Amino acid sequence: MKPKIFMLVDAAQFYVSCERVFNGALHLKPTVVLSNNDGCLVAVSREARRLGLVRGQPFFQCQQIIRAHQVQVYSSNYAVYAELSRRMMGVLAQLLPRLEEYSIDEAFGELTDLAINDLTEFARTVKARVYQLTGIPIRVAVASTKCLTKIASALLKGDEHSGDVLDLTGFTQEQLDAALARVAIEDVWGIGPKSALFLRNYGVQTAKDLRDADERWIKKNLTVVGARIQMELKGTSCLPLEVKRPPKQQIICAKSFGREITSLIELEEAVSCYVARAAEKLRAQDGLSGRLTVFLRTNGFATNAPQYANEFTVDLPSPTAFTPELIRQALAGLHAMYREGYRYKKVGIVLSRITPLPVVQPDLFGEVSLVEHYREMQLMAVVDAINRIFGRETLVFAVQGWTRSWRMRQDRLSQHWLSRWEEMLTI
Amino acid sequence: MPETGDIFPLVPLWPQQVHAGFPSPGDDWKEPPLNLHDLVVPHPLSSYFIRVSGDSMRGACIRAGDIVVVDRALTAAHRKIVVARVGEHLLLKRVQVQQRKVFLHADPPEMPAIELDQQADMEIWGVVTYCVHRVR
Repeated sequence: MKPKIFMLVDAAQFYVSCERVFNGALHLKPTVVLSNNDGCLVAVSREARRLGLVRGQPFFQCQQIIRAHQVQVYSSNYAVYAELSRRMMGVLAQLLPRLEEYSIDEAFGELTDLAINDLTEFARTVKARVYQLTGIPIRVAVASTKCLTKIASALLKGDEHSGDVLDLTGFTQEQLDAALARVAIEDVWGIGPKSALFLRNYGVQTAKDLRDADERWIKKNLTVVGARIQMELKGTSCLPLEVKRPPKQQIICAKSFGREITSLIELEEAVSCYVARAAEKLRAQDGLSGRLTVFLRTNGFATNAPQYANEFTVDLPSPTAFTPELIRQALAGLHAMYREGYRYKKVGIVLSRITPLPVVQPDLFGEVSLVEHYREMQLMAVVDAINRIFGRETLVFAVQGWTRSWRMRQDRLSQHWLSRWEEMLTI
Repeated sequence: MPETGDIFPLVPLWPQQVHAGFPSPGDDWKEPPLNLHDLVVPHPLSSYFIRVSGDSMRGACIRAGDIVVVDRALTAAHRKIVVARVGEHLLLKRVQVQQRKVFLHADPPEMPAIELDQQADMEIWGVVTYCVHRVR
């Protein structure tokens, strides 16, 4: 069988790169982007990393470095990042006919049938093309399996002189051994923290150790999942490209509040908003949800305040994507959990047991009427259509509230360069 | 289950088709109407709209308040109008190639030209293809 060839494209510090496309002043300056609510650093530029800032660090812990070195700080501007991601994926799709969009800033491509002579040269072309068309710098890794492209990408991350392109297919056995030995077991794609700890206890410290470990022992302790990773590290592809993403089995909507909140009314607003958003996503994939979970918690960082966290799961009487019914169930769960006197920092909801739309059955006792179901779906289709055409949350349910003063904090948001006339780039 | 039809009057997603009279003889020749976006944005993945703040490019008929369409897919060439990043600034300029050197000029050339130096911290951001100007 012909050996396979995969390519992994990922945009280093994607969010920082997005900010830089529209703001020349950020070029070469230490820049960071904060997570939701301006909580942690989610993207750290190379220059900021040299100052000791790392991804995941809480924002309040690095104020001193930020002030001392005039680090540029931005809130996550997802409207811009999502649009630039869409453009980047579009450019990649023109170059790689088989493409798996893996995350907002990563994609796998398969080159097996493309008859490319010089893979390194092709990788450089992809990088140059994406930069020219979008302004986003990317790393490009080429190897015979998806897992090995991840290894190559991890090697690129630590090497500033690599030109951001690495092709493992041309490596000799010795070069490959050395490369795999440089990647820690925690950084191997698909090995979670627990497995990594377990493997380390048995002396498996690097990707090379995992590749060379006893196959039966790996399969016994890390199941077939671990066995596949091992095969992939040996160069045998067993994880194919997932060109068509399977519909989500779970939809989560949870955000921390901009401030701590105590009143039940505000919690109701937030829960209703999250349910409405999740239900919209559920309908977009033509799904119905059979189970709903609501959770809430206080601020874990405020160690001297009383702490409380709880969650409530309900199996819905019949699978539904009807927002009012989901809101009703979620609020019942919230009321059951709510305790006065706590300062809440986060609530969230999860829709699970998702089934595709066409399998709804009227139940034996006639409690679900198909006619009723279609009326509900028709109503939601109108709501979704209006919100799609006239902008998000044009039509909301009253319980979602109007002021939303609990909304997440985004104090350092750049502009909606690509989606609002009044905020477009001006030069 | 609450009677939702009472709270939210049901709106049909598409207005009811009226089956009466004669079908239009034009039905079979319908074409989508002209869309300006198709004309000015042939490369949607690489095109950006940018508002112009000053009159330094009036020689190219680009005035303050206009919106230019900038296509990153195109390569800059002599006489093209471009957006360039020079250090920290994004600038709107005209490219002039003189004796194998590339210069960025205002139009009319009131300010000193900037030489585009491969070594310096500057790059062409995109090429201007259209200008949307409101006629008053």
